[in-house]
Amino acid sequence: MSFLSYLVSGISLGSIYALIALGYTMVYGIAKMLNFAHGDVIMVGAYAIYTICITWGLPPLVGVLGSIVICAVLGVVIEKVAYKPLRKASSLAVLITAIGVSYLLQNAALLIFKSDTKSFTSVVNIPSLDLFDNQLHIQGETIATIVVSVIIMIALNLFINKTKPGRAMLAVSEDKGAAQLMGINVNSTISLTFLIGSALAAVAGALLCSSYPALSPTTGAMPGIKAFTAAVFGGIGSIPGAMIGGVLLGVIENLSKGYISTQFSDAIVFGVLIIILLFKPTGLLGKKINEKV
Amino acid sequence: MKLKKIMASFLAAAAAITCLTACKTDGDSGSGDNSGDNSTTSGATLRIGGSGPLTGDYALYGNGVKNGAQLAVDEINAAGGINGVTIEFRMEDDEAAEEKAVNAYNVLKDWDMDLSIGTVTSGACIAFGAEAAKDNMFLLTPSSTAVECIAADNAFRVCFSDPNQGVASADYIADQSLATKIAAIYQSDNAYSAGIFDKFKSEAGNKGLEIVSEQSFTSDNATDFSAQIQSIKDSGAELLFLPIYYSEASLILQQAKNAGLDVKVFGCDGLDGILNMKNFDVSLAEGVMLLTPFAADATDEATVHFVTEYRAKYGDETMNQFAADAYDAIYIIKAAAEKAGINADMSASDICNALKTAMTEITVDGVTGTSITWAADGEPSKEPKAVVINDGSYKAM
Amino acid sequence: MQKEKRQLKAATKSNIITYAMLIAAFIIVSIICATNDKMYQFKGMLVPLCIYSIMAVSLNLVVGILGDLSLGHAGFMCIGAYVGAFFSVLLKDNIPLDWLRFVISLVLGGVTAGIFGFLIGIPVLRLRGDYLAIVTLAFGEIIKNIVNLLYVGVDGSGLHVSIKSASDLNLAEDGTVIVKGALGITGTPNDSNFTVGFVLLLITVFVSLNLINSRTGRAVKSIRDNRIAAETVGISVTRYKLIVFMISAFFAGIAGVLYSHNISSLNTSIFGYNTSILVLVYVVLGGIGSTRGSIIAAVILYALPEMLRDLRDYRMLIYAVVLILLMIVNNNEKFNLFKEKISITRFIQNRRNGMKGAKS
Repeated sequence: MSFLSYLVSGISLGSIYALIALGYTMVYGIAKMLNFAHGDVIMVGAYAIYTICITWGLPPLVGVLGSIVICAVLGVVIEKVAYKPLRKASSLAVLITAIGVSYLLQNAALLIFKSDTKSFTSVVNIPSLDLFDNQLHIQGETIATIVVSVIIMIALNLFINKTKPGRAMLAVSEDKGAAQLMGINVNSTISLTFLIGSALAAVAGALLCSSYPALSPTTGAMPGIKAFTAAVFGGIGSIPGAMIGGVLLGVIENLSKGYISTQFSDAIVFGVLIIILLFKPTGLLGKKINEKV
Repeated sequence: MKLKKIMASFLAAAAAITCLTACKTDGDSGSGDNSGDNSTTSGATLRIGGSGPLTGDYALYGNGVKNGAQLAVDEINAAGGINGVTIEFRMEDDEAAEEKAVNAYNVLKDWDMDLSIGTVTSGACIAFGAEAAKDNMFLLTPSSTAVECIAADNAFRVCFSDPNQGVASADYIADQSLATKIAAIYQSDNAYSAGIFDKFKSEAGNKGLEIVSEQSFTSDNATDFSAQIQSIKDSGAELLFLPIYYSEASLILQQAKNAGLDVKVFGCDGLDGILNMKNFDVSLAEGVMLLTPFAADATDEATVHFVTEYRAKYGDETMNQFAADAYDAIYIIKAAAEKAGINADMSASDICNALKTAMTEITVDGVTGTSITWAADGEPSKEPKAVVINDGSYKAM
Repeated sequence: MQKEKRQLKAATKSNIITYAMLIAAFIIVSIICATNDKMYQFKGMLVPLCIYSIMAVSLNLVVGILGDLSLGHAGFMCIGAYVGAFFSVLLKDNIPLDWLRFVISLVLGGVTAGIFGFLIGIPVLRLRGDYLAIVTLAFGEIIKNIVNLLYVGVDGSGLHVSIKSASDLNLAEDGTVIVKGALGITGTPNDSNFTVGFVLLLITVFVSLNLINSRTGRAVKSIRDNRIAAETVGISVTRYKLIVFMISAFFAGIAGVLYSHNISSLNTSIFGYNTSILVLVYVVLGGIGSTRGSIIAAVILYALPEMLRDLRDYRMLIYAVVLILLMIVNNNEKFNLFKEKISITRFIQNRRNGMKGAKS
């Protein structure tokens, strides 16, 4: 029964990684940049919910919606102000700017919300499940996280493949110049990508802090890095890849903690990651790059 | 090429700014430079410097110390200062990094610091302390717990050391027969937590306690504890020992409740502050026992005074044991300085020598303990208070 | 032929400027230090500046010359720092000559880091782009995780190693614990100073510039610019990549030794991916591939948060804003045009060309 329990909590943690990784991978696929500030947008989203629901006492749904709007706007603003001027620069230059944005968000949060860890009240109101004579306990938050991330993944996939703006995104990710020639507004497409990615970050923030209710200005940093790892693991740019990468990462993490050693869990997780990447050098579902001379 | 030109001009500007800053600090230090002796103090005030993490992961603790010390300094100045001398306090940010702590120390030296309250975290304090020892600068750290922090004879501390807490916890659990099968979760990349646990483990062995599950986490992995909790559940432990800080502890308590882990919980002073966590569900901490020198809801006059004043000035957010330790540190310095007859004309080294002797002669009643005395090795002698959380407040055990 | 010669000449000229800049900076700083009693902050920053410059120059080899994104550079620094500090603490009393002990520490730390660079490089360098980045990040984290749990003690019967706790070392009464897990190594002798740091930086720059302009360097650059084309002309990609990766790791190890002998408390907290990223920021802001730029950017960006201390709580916020602005301004086309206009080198060249008239 311990195994199932490790597995379930691994999937729960993994789904949160997956949700964050979806945002990473989307932005990467279209804008070809690693948005290191993504984790910190999650933190902003969580603080937004905290302020709306706990400080102002409004219902959770309002909090989540408010947070989605705030993050979406923030994402677009960041893109316009910090990344757009660098569209022609090297991808490393954009990466460094993203790190700058990440510092900026963390320190702004430190000034506004102060350094103390705040306890978050769950926005999920689903009863928990007890299976096998109460041997296996599944939190409502876990169920919500898994369901939400699957829905979002499917919706994103449909959006990108079936709708006009979604296909515009695909076109932009394939070839910016050609897309522009075909009459696609590249700027607004990229903005839309950041809008969706950041809105996803708000959802991820709500679920992250509902499952793990401690909120501080550096809350988003580590999940951000883990999600980045997950996105690369699954094959960066691939939406199902991000999902699988995130869940696998969470499961490996929890199983290694449960069965091998909690002391070495970081080393084990990253070790497994390295081994898998050595055998699949472009991640689990990454596209094989055909190089031409 | 051109880029580098621009960079070079930036560099020149940077160098110019550094010089300007240096000049400015020289400027406000007044007479400091004239004598040519850089350790001479600056006339009418006594300058106390400190460093700690004011940004980053550990900002909570640094800001607690900063506010606590500032509160004491303001009170002392309002009451006429130390031996009639006004004191000034300056806290620099070190992000809990050793290298930044040394930088902070140098900045404070440029500011003509007369004595210091060291740093907030252990690693940084060892680095800071080594520099202070070279200059014979007095150091009284409020909260650095590693043994090595006060290795030099100019260094003292307010809090308990790591080994002290580990041993005291094991003794308390054994003496009160709280449990025999013990599980622990500690933070393996944190000197405070790993230090306490190491001593706890060896003392537990001596006292006949059995450690049935030994779990850890790192700062990179401090959100999900379900695997650790599940292992503890399977191990049949009766008591969970948590030598960690309260942010992580709040998560562990929440997840333990979710997983249906029903054990006694015992912690160290790092857990203090959990009840002040905004929006925290105090029922999670019901029955948690901890050894702490400071309890915010204690009813003695000193604590009530400190808590009321602190709340009025800085609110609740950093109202923790770090703030209390720092508040005490300033009053301890005051007591020692009065005993030693420190005046503002003495050099930092003379102040240090005088205080070194005075520290072993004073007895201080503070927020974090009564009748505290110091040995020449810098360790305080005070009784830890064992408290249990009951209905959201501490009750003495 | 002629063109090639001119290019070579340009490279030499650029190198001379770099050395001149470094030596001039050294002389100016030495004068400032000798004539000022105070300025402790300034003096205290000198060794860290050398350390981070060495880090930036060595990472520039991987990122700029090899064209691979590495996020685990701090891991090599960690290895160097621990090996060097361990050796120095162990033989503090046995080798009376401070400088000799320090030199041995440097060599040991650097070589160990280089060996790790080689070992890690073999599997890692097969990967590309972000996948390589994530694997180097992973290696950095693994090193940090293991070193964190390392306990090493010494007593009459030799060395004892444990990865659990100090009490598991089973030391004899007279034994001492040198590496103390999360607390790391304390009491490392303070052997580094600005002159040593500067000399090491100079050596790093010398090796780096020579490598870049050597046959190996050209081969590596051809790999960066077009791997397949390089392969077809018979350049062994793996071999050259490994050479550069090892040299880069070696100097990161040297920087680590310097670091651990500058501060008496060493633990792993500084060697996380944050430091790797910080060094990457230096390299990118300094202009990818430019040794001189890496040093200048390292100096400015390390000094910046220190100089902003007067801003108190807003310090890191302003630092972040400055970082973003620097990146944006540096990549602005109009600004770059403006830079070209005011560039002195360009000005001189233009005049010279003007004098030569129609000749060219």
